[in-house]
Amino acid sequence: MHEMSLCENILGILLDEAASQNFSKVDRVCLEVGPLSGVEPEALRFGFDVVTRGSLADGAQLDIFEPQATATCAACGTTAVIQDRFDPCPSCGSHLLQIKTGEELRIKELEVS
Amino acid sequence: MCTVCGCGSGETRIEDGTKHALGYGHEATPDHSHHHHYGAGDAGASVPGMSQSRLIQLEQDILSKNNSYADTNRRYFAEHGIFALNLVSSPGSGKTSLLVETLKKLGKTHACYVIEGDQQTTNDADRIRETGVPALQINTGKGCHLDGHMIGHALERLTPKDGAYVFIENVGNLVCPAAFDLGEAHKVAILSVTEGEDKPLKYPDMFAAADVMLLNKTDLLPYVDFDVEIATANARKINPEINVLTVSAQSGDGLEDWIDWIGTARAKLFAGYAATDAAE
Ligand SMILES: Nc1nc2c(ncn2[C@@H]2O[C@H](COP(=O)(O)OP(=O)(O)OP(=O)(O)O)[C@@H](O)[C@H]2O)c(=O)[nH]1
Ligand SMILES: [Mg+2]
Ligand SMILES: [Zn+2]
Ligand SMILES: [Zn+2]
Ligand SMILES: [Zn+2]
Repeated sequence: MHEMSLCENILGILLDEAASQNFSKVDRVCLEVGPLSGVEPEALRFGFDVVTRGSLADGAQLDIFEPQATATCAACGTTAVIQDRFDPCPSCGSHLLQIKTGEELRIKELEVS
Repeated sequence: MCTVCGCGSGETRIEDGTKHALGYGHEATPDHSHHHHYGAGDAGASVPGMSQSRLIQLEQDILSKNNSYADTNRRYFAEHGIFALNLVSSPGSGKTSLLVETLKKLGKTHACYVIEGDQQTTNDADRIRETGVPALQINTGKGCHLDGHMIGHALERLTPKDGAYVFIENVGNLVCPAAFDLGEAHKVAILSVTEGEDKPLKYPDMFAAADVMLLNKTDLLPYVDFDVEIATANARKINPEINVLTVSAQSGDGLEDWIDWIGTARAKLFAGYAATDAAE
């Protein structure tokens, strides 16, 4: 399952940061997960709990911030909010959309102690 | 799986039983070591009442580690004039069959290598080796995709010649291989005509990430309800630039065009650096 290996990546980053920034416990992790990142936030939550069990992030609060997806139309220049990759431009119907936001898959911040 | 190493706690296996041999691909993480045991110790280390919470602004891509391994691979490919393709599809679309047919032709004239990703068996690598082309199997265990780190190790074992073609067959899965850059020049998405024209809309990330879509098993078109035009239009809703080629590994239809595409794409990437002959 995809989300599981992403959670392992998250834990890997937490451990690296723990070593370089001197902390031993992660109390909160704030993620940014765009609707076009291909990731299901609920599956990520489940994976996070499983993967962090017994680690420095055991029991940490997981906040997932879901930004909107936006795209600019190469045909008419409109920038608009979209729901899916295959959405057409809302003003002219073209599919020549350049994704601007919505693919984020990042750790934004940590609360550590 | 150990994320620092990626070679993991016994899940990933690169053929010949060696789980982790050489140092290739680790420049990206200088502190690479295989002795991380996540979870041991740390959780209990803080003293209650003494801990002071602080905020760290990280803004780090979750896939940053994979991306740095992929960058290392991409640099390696560039330095050695190696043209790498990453073949992705759902299970059974015909990745291995297409590779076998491709290599029966391209492998006769040019130096070619194959990295096979599969959860369990070495069947696919065996099928490739029957064509005379060197192949290496990576078994990902429960892992549902190849990652940049595994490819680094596979290259270390495979030692492709300069100017070669390297074909990577990803684990049959239309979801996560889209997110894991391996350092390839192009992702090639294979869709067989038995799967339905709507697959690009159902798995948009994969078709957004691919530069080519091969519509395979066209020999079956008379027997199935599949409209090549609709499948192409669906893929272009996701990715207006995607190249679409129709092929049949069974009948050989369209293979010439596909092999031409490979040669042209290579020439675009490595202008003036000819591909290495098979015999050299
Ligand atoms: N009729 C027809 N059958 C094909 C064609 N290409 C592949 N097949 C058949 O489809 C089945 C799966 O082919 P593979 O090449 O193993 O597919 P794959 O994508 O490598 O499968 P996995 O590695 O398991 O994901 C086999 O039975 C092939 O013989 C084709 O062009 N036409
Ligand atoms: Mg196969
Ligand atoms: Zn428009
Ligand atoms: Zn390693
Ligand atoms: Zn996966």
